[in-house]
Amino acid sequence: MARRENSEINAGSMADIAFLLLIFFLVTTTMDVDSGISRKLSEKPPENYEPPIIKMKNILEINLNRNDEMLVEDEISQIADIKQIAIDFLDNGGGVGKEIDGVPGTACTYCNGNKSEKSSDHPNKAIISVQSDRGTSYGMYITVQNELLSAYTELRNRYAKNHVKGKYAGKSYDDLLLLSANDKENEDLKAVIKEVKEAYPQIISDAEPTK
Amino acid sequence: MLLFFFMVTTTMRETELVIKAPQLPNATEVKKLEHKSLVSTIYVGKAKDQAKFGSGDKIQLNDKIASINDIASFIYSEQEKHNPEEVPYMTTSIKSDVKASVGTIHDIRIELRDINALKVSYSTRSGDISLNTK
Repeated sequence: MARRENSEINAGSMADIAFLLLIFFLVTTTMDVDSGISRKLSEKPPENYEPPIIKMKNILEINLNRNDEMLVEDEISQIADIKQIAIDFLDNGGGVGKEIDGVPGTACTYCNGNKSEKSSDHPNKAIISVQSDRGTSYGMYITVQNELLSAYTELRNRYAKNHVKGKYAGKSYDDLLLLSANDKENEDLKAVIKEVKEAYPQIISDAEPTK
Repeated sequence: MLLFFFMVTTTMRETELVIKAPQLPNATEVKKLEHKSLVSTIYVGKAKDQAKFGSGDKIQLNDKIASINDIASFIYSEQEKHNPEEVPYMTTSIKSDVKASVGTIHDIRIELRDINALKVSYSTRSGDISLNTK
């Protein structure tokens, strides 16, 4: 019996099939890198909780109205100015910081501000309060949050560059975060980042929106 | 090569949007969300079918439009899918349209606070912030 000629599979269409598959995956791929402004909400206060009394000078009050206009400490301000206002406020260092674990607070040694009597005492006492209207647009709200965060980042970068000692000296806070993203188990690095964060802790509060 | 690359990176979109795809605000201070499985997403925007749902800001949980009161049970059901020790790391990502109102976002925030889901990420694209208020 004559063996059949070993007929080859027609591979000409292979390329077409691969190509179709490629296009299919190209179309269905959603490269959504989910990124955003992360915030930690404050815990729910217990019932009949009395808020602590905070000196007005330690609060930077920002109001947004329903026309997306902004008041900072009762003066009309523009988005472009708010970062500098926040930096001046946070970095003022006019008094002593808050008590931590029974150790009385000390004056802010790393602040470059004006040390004005009328502005905040210490970065760890300085609170930024954002009050928006229910009708304020989300875009405006995020813009303000973003500017405030960038004020913190700038201060932290400066602190990290000038005051961190040891092997991470001279690096900015952004650099440290990048390093940490690649090296999650590094305890030294974590401690340094924590130190920088505590130098300028983010205290942004969202007040109940006006109706 | 390309084929394999796309095959590996493809993630199928799990939820069908019933609101108009939100135009996310731009921001520069963005943080990437890690551990996608620990993220629950809440969409806020206008409904596609406005004749049926009305024209205000709507909240989408999973694949349908829900009310503020449903958020608690949504978050609980998300938390149930994970080990108890992972729950504190769970993040709620709010994907909201730039034109939504802060009132809606605040209502969501209050709901999340009441059930102690405190990690929130306001989803943004990285870009020029001046586009947000146009």
